[in-house]
Amino acid sequence: MDSTATASVPRSRPLATPPASSAGAERGATLIDIKDLDFYYGAKQALFDINLQIPDKRVTAFIGPSGCGKSTLLRCLNRMNDLIDGTSVKRGAIKIRNVDIYGRDVDPIELRKRVGMVFQKSNPFPKSIYENITYGLRIQGVKNKTRLDEVVEKSLRGAALWDEVKDRLHESGLGLSGGQQQRLCIARTIAVEPEVILMDEPCSALDPIATAKVEELIHELKKQFTIIIVTHSMQQAARCSDQTAFFYMGKLIEFDATHNIFMNPKNPQTEAYVSGRFG
Amino acid sequence: MSSPLPDSANPFAPRPTPARRLEGAVSWIFRIATYFVLACGLSIFATIFWKGSATVFRAEFPFVNTAFFTQAPETLYVFEWQGEKREMGDKEFRVFREAEAAKAAAEGRPAPVIRADSYAHSAGGIFPNVVGTVLLVVGSMTIALTLGVCAAIYLSEYARDTAAVRLIRLAILNLAGVPSIVFGLFGFGMFVIFFDWNVSLLAGWFTLAFMVLPVIITASEESLKAVPKGFREGSLALGATKWQTIRKNVLPYALPGILTSSILGIARVAGETAPIMFTAAFVISDRLPWQVEKFSDMFFQGVMALPYHIYVVSSKIPQNEYTERMQYGTAFVFLFTVGLIALTSILLRNKLRGRYKW
Ligand SMILES: Nc1ncnc2c1ncn2[C@@H]1O[C@H](COP(=O)(O)OP(=O)(O)OP(=O)(O)O)[C@@H](O)[C@H]1O
Ligand SMILES: [Mg+2]
Repeated sequence: MDSTATASVPRSRPLATPPASSAGAERGATLIDIKDLDFYYGAKQALFDINLQIPDKRVTAFIGPSGCGKSTLLRCLNRMNDLIDGTSVKRGAIKIRNVDIYGRDVDPIELRKRVGMVFQKSNPFPKSIYENITYGLRIQGVKNKTRLDEVVEKSLRGAALWDEVKDRLHESGLGLSGGQQQRLCIARTIAVEPEVILMDEPCSALDPIATAKVEELIHELKKQFTIIIVTHSMQQAARCSDQTAFFYMGKLIEFDATHNIFMNPKNPQTEAYVSGRFG
Repeated sequence: MSSPLPDSANPFAPRPTPARRLEGAVSWIFRIATYFVLACGLSIFATIFWKGSATVFRAEFPFVNTAFFTQAPETLYVFEWQGEKREMGDKEFRVFREAEAAKAAAEGRPAPVIRADSYAHSAGGIFPNVVGTVLLVVGSMTIALTLGVCAAIYLSEYARDTAAVRLIRLAILNLAGVPSIVFGLFGFGMFVIFFDWNVSLLAGWFTLAFMVLPVIITASEESLKAVPKGFREGSLALGATKWQTIRKNVLPYALPGILTSSILGIARVAGETAPIMFTAAFVISDRLPWQVEKFSDMFFQGVMALPYHIYVVSSKIPQNEYTERMQYGTAFVFLFTVGLIALTSILLRNKLRGRYKW
């Protein structure tokens, strides 16, 4: 539908329109458009012909049995797979705001500023909480102390962590509990104000209370960010996502509103999976 | 349940099985081996300390032999004078002889003939040697760390696992096993002859640097690899470039490990004699390294160095009680200097390690 527009994309076009106009963009309109995607690790194909439209400012969940390619697809979206030798997108395209992110005029560094990522294993840097949050901005050359202070407070509040850590901003981020560490990583990600936040099983190492906090947070975050979350927990997908994609063996089996996937799946494989009969 | 045991029976009583006897013997073998090594090490240190401290320390204030630390090595003259045995360094002896000759001339006597035994390098001190060794260590470690850390970063962060890179790794590993005399000869051929730097500080720096390079590269690469992958991914996912990631989020955490490896490097650079024998070391030099006309000359002249001095005084000079004092004194100072450098590095490393823990 939008494919005609790509040819005329100017070289310097930003991956995201400025916040002012994006606020005006229709909520739920397609932000990420994945078309006919085939992805390979060396000679091994990991994704087969994926077609998926991910809407703006919504939570999209990726579910499926282990090894079905959820993480692989997620890492395609901010080109983290580029870091692995021999990976390639052999066919198809991923467009974010109509820009082909694997196109030659896209710098993965700029892309990752707009498409942030929270990892399965929380990875706060062995620096102070303050330094963790400001890392992304300092990388971009921001030095202004007031600005940095503001961002630290805003991001920590955004990640529902401010009250717990406001008195120990200059202590190591590694001194926090597992759940706090994961929220610190989320705060660090939102500090650079991305448009999309990718989360790869962000709660798999957390206890139920910490998980509930992160889920609550996801609810808040979707007002501002488009969120894609990979999860192994059906309940989690059901609780916090607006739509769900079910993958199996590298293929997208079904993509629909979360309610439909869980209550009324069209595909028998989806039905088997969400009812817990395999995976 | 089985029948109850009688009260007196102890089911856990030791039984003299072969395995039990072997257990005792084996633990003793390990223990003896360990203490044997310890005893060897201690006796070396004790000998050097005992004999060396006689040269280095003094009973009166300031309790150290200041001349030993501030003067250059000199020839020692030992002679009988008016029924008394006298020991004098070269300079002192010349002054003494002239004074006596003048005295005799004033009294109208012929100048006295002083029959003195001379012992090279047995008077004065080792100041220029300490200076030379420090210069050699600082220069070569700077070169080795710069090159080594760059190479390690390339190998661990940038290079893909190709056949060429594996070959490079193999070459580095092999280089670490090359005897130091071979590095000495290489440095001689390359820097002294081909680059025409002569026997000089510069030639010594590069020769020593090449010698420790493999150790530093291997150890630095290992410390870089020990930094969790999550730190790199987290940084890149925030839009950092590769170099920003390495500089801010990898290298600082690898630094303690790199420093540890450089401790070993320092000890080796300071201690090796063979690599500097043909490239940088002078048996004797009457000027200190900085006593030159123009600054750049400093790098193109050889220096005296502690290990080479030990080699010279213990193998190039007929052995006698006077030279022995210098041998042990130098060895003592040498061990102490290396120990001090190592200690500084360890303290620095501990400080850095406390800062970055994960
Ligand atoms: N670095 C890699 N090199 C080669 N193959 C890989 C690599 N990473 C993943 N794969 C393969 O790609 C396929 C998809 O893996 P992926 O990690 O995307 O699965 P996943 O759905 O995230 O599984 P999980 O739920 O266990 O995290 C798997 O068959 C896996 O073996
Ligand atoms: Mg995964």
